[in-house]
Amino acid sequence: MLEGAQFVPAFLSWLVPEWPLFLKIHVLGLACFTYIVARRLVPLVRAARDPRFDRPVTRLGMVLKYWLGQWKHPRYKTAGSLHILVFAGFILLVIRTFTVLLAGVPENFRLPGRPGVASEAYGVVTDYALTLVFLCMLFAMVRRLVFKPARYAVPARYGKARAADAIFLLALIALLMLADSLFEAANRAAQAQQGLPVGVATVLSLPWALKTALASTSLPVLSTLSSRAYLLHEVVFYFLLCYRPFGIQFHVETSLFNVYCAKLEKGTVKPVDWGVGDEHLDEVKSFGVKTFEDFTWKQMLDFYSCADCGRCSDQCPANAVGRPLSPRFLTIKARDYAFEHYPMLRRPGNGQPLVGSIYSEDEIWSCTTCGACEEECPLLVEYVDKIVDLRRGLVDDGKVPQSLQKALKALESRGNPYGKLGKKRADWAQAADFQRTCSVPTLTGKNGADTLYFIDSITSYDDRMQSIARSTARILTHLREKFGILGALEKDSGHEVRRFGEEMLFQSLRRDNVQAIKACGAKRIVTADPHAYNALKHDYRDVPPVEHISQLIARGVKSGAIGFKPLADGNSVYTYHDPCYLGRHNQVYEEPRNVLDAIPGLKRVEMGRSRDRSFCCGGGGLALFYEPKEEQRMGVKRVQMAAEAGANVIVTACPYCLANMEDAIKVAGLDAKMRAIDLAELADQQIAREVPKVEGREAAVIQQECAVGRSS
Amino acid sequence: MNILVCVKRVVDTSENEIALNSAGDDIERNDLVYSINEPDNYAVEEALQIAARSGGQVTVVTVGGEDDEEILRREMAMGANQGVLLTDDCFAGSDGRGVATILKAFVRRGNYDLILTGVQAEDGAAQVGGMLAAMLDYPFASLVTSIEVLDSAKLKISREIEGGNKELNEIDLPCVLSIQTGINEPRYVGMRGIRAVASIPVPSYGGTELGLDGGTVGAAAAKVKRTDYFVPALGKGAEMFRANREENVEKLIELLAAKGGLK
Amino acid sequence: MARIYAYITHRGGVADDTAAELAAAARKIDPTASPTALVTGWGTELDGVCNALRASYAEVWKIANVALAYPNAELIRKALVRVVAPGGFVLAPHEHLGMDLSPGLSIQLSAAYVSDVVGIAGIEGTELKVIRQEFGGQVSAHVRCDVSSSAVVTVRPGAFQPAASNPAGGTVVDKSNDVGALTAGRRYLGTLEAEAGDVDITKHSVLVSIGRGIQEKENVAIAQELADALGAAVSCSRPVADAKWLEKSRQVGSSGKTVKPKVYLACGISGAFQHLAGLKGHPFIVAINKNPQAPIFQVADVGIVDDLLEFLPELTSKIRERQEVAAK
Repeated sequence: MLEGAQFVPAFLSWLVPEWPLFLKIHVLGLACFTYIVARRLVPLVRAARDPRFDRPVTRLGMVLKYWLGQWKHPRYKTAGSLHILVFAGFILLVIRTFTVLLAGVPENFRLPGRPGVASEAYGVVTDYALTLVFLCMLFAMVRRLVFKPARYAVPARYGKARAADAIFLLALIALLMLADSLFEAANRAAQAQQGLPVGVATVLSLPWALKTALASTSLPVLSTLSSRAYLLHEVVFYFLLCYRPFGIQFHVETSLFNVYCAKLEKGTVKPVDWGVGDEHLDEVKSFGVKTFEDFTWKQMLDFYSCADCGRCSDQCPANAVGRPLSPRFLTIKARDYAFEHYPMLRRPGNGQPLVGSIYSEDEIWSCTTCGACEEECPLLVEYVDKIVDLRRGLVDDGKVPQSLQKALKALESRGNPYGKLGKKRADWAQAADFQRTCSVPTLTGKNGADTLYFIDSITSYDDRMQSIARSTARILTHLREKFGILGALEKDSGHEVRRFGEEMLFQSLRRDNVQAIKACGAKRIVTADPHAYNALKHDYRDVPPVEHISQLIARGVKSGAIGFKPLADGNSVYTYHDPCYLGRHNQVYEEPRNVLDAIPGLKRVEMGRSRDRSFCCGGGGLALFYEPKEEQRMGVKRVQMAAEAGANVIVTACPYCLANMEDAIKVAGLDAKMRAIDLAELADQQIAREVPKVEGREAAVIQQECAVGRSS
Repeated sequence: MNILVCVKRVVDTSENEIALNSAGDDIERNDLVYSINEPDNYAVEEALQIAARSGGQVTVVTVGGEDDEEILRREMAMGANQGVLLTDDCFAGSDGRGVATILKAFVRRGNYDLILTGVQAEDGAAQVGGMLAAMLDYPFASLVTSIEVLDSAKLKISREIEGGNKELNEIDLPCVLSIQTGINEPRYVGMRGIRAVASIPVPSYGGTELGLDGGTVGAAAAKVKRTDYFVPALGKGAEMFRANREENVEKLIELLAAKGGLK
Repeated sequence: MARIYAYITHRGGVADDTAAELAAAARKIDPTASPTALVTGWGTELDGVCNALRASYAEVWKIANVALAYPNAELIRKALVRVVAPGGFVLAPHEHLGMDLSPGLSIQLSAAYVSDVVGIAGIEGTELKVIRQEFGGQVSAHVRCDVSSSAVVTVRPGAFQPAASNPAGGTVVDKSNDVGALTAGRRYLGTLEAEAGDVDITKHSVLVSIGRGIQEKENVAIAQELADALGAAVSCSRPVADAKWLEKSRQVGSSGKTVKPKVYLACGISGAFQHLAGLKGHPFIVAINKNPQAPIFQVADVGIVDDLLEFLPELTSKIRERQEVAAK
């Protein structure tokens, strides 16, 4: 271990004659690295803009949590633990590595700092760090060669397997550790032989082991070993430094920046162009990402930063059901494109359309924007915005699947994707039986009602889902909320319209809705549709704050405003399915569970994949109109998960989840064994209502509604 | 290749509930959504694809009034080079033959190699294309499901005939073809595209420019007129057959025969 | 009253069913009329058709020309123009050949044109009163056509019931020589047969549609047999397509195909919103479902609560029986 100037002459004397070589390697290595990084930056410099430097304190917090704290890694225990250990090892070794490298610099170099307890302690730490990383590398290599975790596999259509490359890199890092350890060991053996103090024996560490082995080796041999080890270390270090930007290991350098520049707000979608306000969008020549250069620099940085770990694709529901989408390869293919079209030595190649060359249209349309990929990625690589941008490009070129065109056209002319009359939007509230239990006024701005219930299209028009609207209205009534609806003025929230790339149609729908919302006089909005919730919260501006009905019910339960009567049937086992746009995108996990747990006699189990690992039901909004190429439906996989968890009732808090679950139960042939229900429906059914006469007739009506809903 | 596509703005059957008005003499026209006749949209897409492959210009034309301009713009947003409106008070009330007469006068002003129409519109008449071809003395083919340009003088086309079979023909240019839905996958026209063409001028021509008077077009010249709309008496909800299986089968067969469900 | 001609379509030496229907339609135009059949073609097949038509037509005009061996509407039109007497009505079936032939024919004969007629009231003065449908069959319309210079009328197949066999004992008149040489700007090259799996449900006017009630892939055959008997196609709701018991192209619904059939047999289909969204126009809906509460019964015209796995085979066999009887 280097302990400052006084030891330099003594045992590093044999380095001195070789410093010209070392120096040349330093210079060459650094020059190459600089050149390589500069070339890698070329596409970023030409890319679209992306403001990622605001809120520096928050961003630093992100770096501490996700980069330094490796926050997401433990989600995959084995790989996560390995990576945390290796990362910790690397961080600990940073100072040492620099000092070792600098030792090869000319003889009159003096190391800053003095020998003492601190550097002694550091020495111990680094010895073990070297050992730790070395062992982790061996373990990782064995894991790759022998255990071959499934998520690393590369399906034929995406290219060749990269196991060899991964193992090569792991081996090189191990070699680096070995070289450093050998250098250290040789020096210390030499010191010991010369009677100089060698510091604490770091028992069982790699340097210690090597030193012990070299205890009786002659000084000249030790000298050779030391300088050869030094050379090896230097060469391997610079080789790795220059090799990393050619593959997934580039994340070593880019991860810090990638995390610092990460997207801070969940649930939003980036604008078409960060520098262009909505009023000027008509002037933009081309919407969306069509060629590589249309990506923003941060999106390109994402491509560089991907470590090819496969966690995103492992969690991706589209991938799980055999759709042509695999997020990991979305990124890797783009990265490979960047490497190919922005080579080190030649001029950048001409941009070509991405969809049709590296991507297929089906691949881009297959995404349900569930966000599982982004939730999982330890490097905070983003996906949803890229998919939306690619879709914007397809829409701009007219390349939209016919089934989606129908729905979009209906949205344009009728304000809902079903082509139903706008004036019938509030018909769900007109049923005579229902009107007796509940009145749902249309807000005029003068009703004195503070709360707007935003129903959105599927709940308004779909016979089955209308029961959710009625239940929600009854719950609001029970909570004594003065509420109303927009009625025929309400249009589709446009949540999926935006995420499927039709930005201008989305803005048109938003404009109309915002106008109606402002005119209605409400001070807050409630919805039972997580997609509408997300849209009103993140995509809409200048509207009152919005909550999901589950949050109101949970508060009501807590305050005592809502009391539940015990569940009549004691045989059912319930499980809660987290809707993507309530759970993952908006972190509302506990309120719905609290509501269920407050129902006496309700037995609840948790599925293996729940909360932020919930498995998408198949998608909402326009996703229901798209005909994907898949081996199985996402909903079917999900109901099977529910069955595996021992449940026979699936509770969801989203009309799309409910539609997909009920469909899936039929397809999976589980009709007799399983059913699905919405949280609002269940709550409405179980609320202990005070007025006795309500129990009789209205309760029967409510029961009948829920029953009708279930039998279709 | 100069391609002309004749299009029509119609009540969109997939987005409207067609019902009689309270007077019972017409359909309820409030809240109706209009759009381009679906087969015409396929025809425009086909024209665009032919022009992209073989070079050429695509013009869309319609007979109507101001309201009909919107579909011309939509097709221009789709990629048509030019939209033309044929409008005049004396055109009002034209029957199919009248419309074909107007279109013929327009065709004679220009130089079109290929004229496309959709196979039929909302009235299901399926007539303008065939009439136009006869008036121009051009060869005609209806229910076209594919077009291949052989050279500047002829095309190879397929027509949809019974049983899902396709009839292959060679047809000389200039000709008129009526296009069946499903011939291609029309590209999407987004809001953005429509906004982009919102201010492009659409020339219009009337009777004088086309050399037509009320003698051959318009209500006076129309031979086919609709007297009213009506809905034949229908029952509400299903009529449930409550007899035993054998009787139900018999009764159902009678009903199917009456409804044209039996061969 | 001017002569009424009926253009007869035929295949493989057999006249189409519309032959008799056109005769019935002609009588609706003029009850005293004795319509003339116009038959084009070549060879012994043509002769066979003409002979058979004598049973329903007083005069059968045979137009034989080698160019007409395959029915090319462009050539047929030219032939008919040379043969049809001025002022005559020409009826044709509203199907792919009739649609191809008739509009242009009306121009060349300087006659009015009214198409796809589903009902005929008769002639009042100089006007022929007919009934047509519009908007995919959602509404009907009374239409009047000025026939002072006669008319070409296409008639919807199946809309006019042939009168009980009234042997007309007609004669065959050979008009081939009136036609002369025929050429046209469109030439027939050949016919591509549809592939076995290539069924386009949107083009069928009768659909046997199955849902989850079919229960197993093997049972799909039951529906296919009924469809064969009806000359229909089998379509399905989403669960069946998802289960891959039928190809996706058979699915009716908001994420499947939109169909506008005349008759729709919904077998074991509950009637979910997404499925019904694919059914346009005003088809005659027959619902067969085990569950009397199934929502389909609200939208169907006729409802039968029964197990489709039992009901359909019986329906099929009774239909076949009836066809055998009719064929004799």
